Amino acid sequence: MSNDRRTDDKTCCCDPVRRSLLQLGAVATAAALLPGKARADDEDDPRRMERPQVGDFLVYAGGDQEGALIIEGALNVGDEPVLAWATDPSRKILRDGTRLNQILVVRLDPSTMDAETKSHAAAGFLAYSAICTHMQCTVTGWIPEKQILHCPCHQSEYDPRHDAKVVGGPAPRPLAALPLRMVDGKLQVAGEFIGKVGMNKQTM
Amino acid sequence: MIGLRQTAKVAFAAALLGSVSMVAALAGEVDNYSPVTQQRLENPEPGNWLLYRRTYDGHGYSPLNQINSTNVKNLEPVWTFATGVNEGHEAPPMVNNGVMFVATPYGQVIALNAKTGDLIWRYKHTLPEDLFQLHPTSRGVAMWQDKLFLAATDDHLIAIDAKTGKELWNTKVQDYKKGQYMTLEPLVVNGKVMVGGSGGEYGVRGYVAAYDADTGKEIWRTFTVPEPNQPGGNTWRGDDWKHGGGSVWITGTYDPKRNIAYWGTGNAAPWPGDQHPGDNLYTTSVIALNPDNGKMVGYHQYHQNDSWDWDEIDAPILIHDMSENGQTIDALVHPARDGYLWVLKQTPAGIEFVSGKPFVGQNAFKGIEPETGRPIVDPEHKPTTGKDVSFCPSLWGGKDWPSASYNPETKLVYIPANNNMCETLKGEKQKLVVGQLWLGADADHAKLIPGADHIGELQAWDPATSKQVWVHKFPKTQLFASTLTTGGDLVFVGGTNDRMFHAFDAKTGDLLWQMKTNSGIMGMPVAFEVDGTEYIAVQSGWGVDAQRIQDMLAKTDWKLNPDVPQGGVVWVFAVKH
Ligand code: FES
Repeated sequence: MSNDRRTDDKTCCCDPVRRSLLQLGAVATAAALLPGKARADDEDDPRRMERPQVGDFLVYAGGDQEGALIIEGALNVGDEPVLAWATDPSRKILRDGTRLNQILVVRLDPSTMDAETKSHAAAGFLAYSAICTHMQCTVTGWIPEKQILHCPCHQSEYDPRHDAKVVGGPAPRPLAALPLRMVDGKLQVAGEFIGKVGMNKQTM
Repeated sequence: MIGLRQTAKVAFAAALLGSVSMVAALAGEVDNYSPVTQQRLENPEPGNWLLYRRTYDGHGYSPLNQINSTNVKNLEPVWTFATGVNEGHEAPPMVNNGVMFVATPYGQVIALNAKTGDLIWRYKHTLPEDLFQLHPTSRGVAMWQDKLFLAATDDHLIAIDAKTGKELWNTKVQDYKKGQYMTLEPLVVNGKVMVGGSGGEYGVRGYVAAYDADTGKEIWRTFTVPEPNQPGGNTWRGDDWKHGGGSVWITGTYDPKRNIAYWGTGNAAPWPGDQHPGDNLYTTSVIALNPDNGKMVGYHQYHQNDSWDWDEIDAPILIHDMSENGQTIDALVHPARDGYLWVLKQTPAGIEFVSGKPFVGQNAFKGIEPETGRPIVDPEHKPTTGKDVSFCPSLWGGKDWPSASYNPETKLVYIPANNNMCETLKGEKQKLVVGQLWLGADADHAKLIPGADHIGELQAWDPATSKQVWVHKFPKTQLFASTLTTGGDLVFVGGTNDRMFHAFDAKTGDLLWQMKTNSGIMGMPVAFEVDGTEYIAVQSGWGVDAQRIQDMLAKTDWKLNPDVPQGGVVWVFAVKH
């Protein structure tokens, strides 16, 4: 419970305008709902299940630009995050075989990030697992005033400027971070997820 | 209805039977298991708890009276058992002649010796690694012959051998990846295992479906939201019905006399009513189904065009031969999430409205039409898109899914109510994305009314007169758990954030006994008997909506600690002789 600040949370509440990533970057959990080109012939390709790999690019997971590469001009600082999938460098394999591969991408002012977070960022872009560490809902909410990621299921809140640490709600751990780099103006995965994606298995 | 003397006789007979047929537990196996028949479900022995509310009529009443208002002060724990998991432990410990079956969150069923607490077997359903759970819970296992039935949160219905804990069949009901899941204890009638789907917050279309207890094959499925060409289809606009909600979260009740199963249905989706104009049948209703074929034979919609997330999923309590205004009626009594105590009656033509009266502060209805019971809604307090609208009670309602109970001796209904809590919602257009939460609103804005010193209220009502008889107020806590009432003139309930388990005098409302447990109690208490001794059992294990209310209370002037400890434990109590 290293990051669980439920008992001393001071950032909670007021009346924030929660925006949702839904309108911007909608993710279909059923892969068949995504008309991505890479996938059509490769439904059973096990590489679709693999977590984002170093060298993968990121593409929009839904919305008007679904399937398009996320490039440097895609977001302004402080814009609502978008949901994304990783795709291999040849763009043949979209890693959308499991919803656990969903990524959220946000762009923030690097001067507001702590050192660890900054080390994963590229031109202010940050990528995290979109899978809430509480009960694995998709983290689709954004509280712009506080620049906080919000999970609509049980109100967990994560601070993306501080490695997505938990700043509210029941989530026990930060979201897993996905290191990024910028290559020719395109967002590329620079390292594997840091931290566990999703919730801890309940042990018996 | 059994009278007092008759009850005593039956109890004595059952005690004898219990001592004869007391189950022997071999390592990992139940010996001498007593098959659960239709006859037993319709007339359960007083010492057993074979159905969600013990009896098909949903009373949540045990005729046992060894533990009573005189000696309950001496109630003490006999044994406990740690379930090994967190989150909301909501299921009643089911008891069949000395064997207890406990369902927990994460698809676990545990068989225990009900007298000693010794583990007999443990079943664990493997949940998919990518499952998301809005409500990680289970409300219990159903019984039929020598099988148990678990409706799991990955939307699988599973039959388990009651003797060994081995899985016998496993049927996919719908697709969890689309936000379809189950939390209820199934209802079994004549070998048909009925379930309903949760998921009203994911844009699903609700249903009740029946499965063959032997094979797991689907027999029928009745959607709670009709297609346009079906009766009620004209209460929806365009394609809204396809994702209209009407989930079925909670076990139905059943009237063997009429062969009708009654199911409560959930909110219309998404939350704000202007996003799905029309009455939206059969959401927020009670529907009457023939369990043989799923045919709908009646309904009553408590409120139309739901906009408050007031699921009416708790099935009505059936009270046969209730005198009401000089008449004798077969009543359906529903203390509702919309804050009204609804009394309906079953007639040959279907379900008819009798009366409705608020049991908590309610500002969304200006009144009800006397003939039909249709609420007259105040638009000022009906959430809509693009505007902050406040309303009372909150979206958790006057009474959420936890069940009230009815005591045929006191003739009172015991309601675990929440008062003094209101809500502000602002509807917003949200695109429906399969598998993502779809509320159509910015949620999490519940508030206390100024000066409130309590929320939780245990209320006793006379359903024949629609009058409140007594109320117990719990300071600075919600009350979020089902009630049990017994022939010992008692009402048991947990539900408070101080982890207490309470016993009240059923006639006066006096608090007679309480004890702090490991966690907060969301579980449904039961009474049972083994070898002539009466026991009370309940699971303590806080989570889900009880915790969400706690998180809300932590942000109010009450400044409560949101940290109510989690971790499930089965508690069994008895009075020391
Ligand atoms: S799943 Fe995100 S807060 Fe529970």
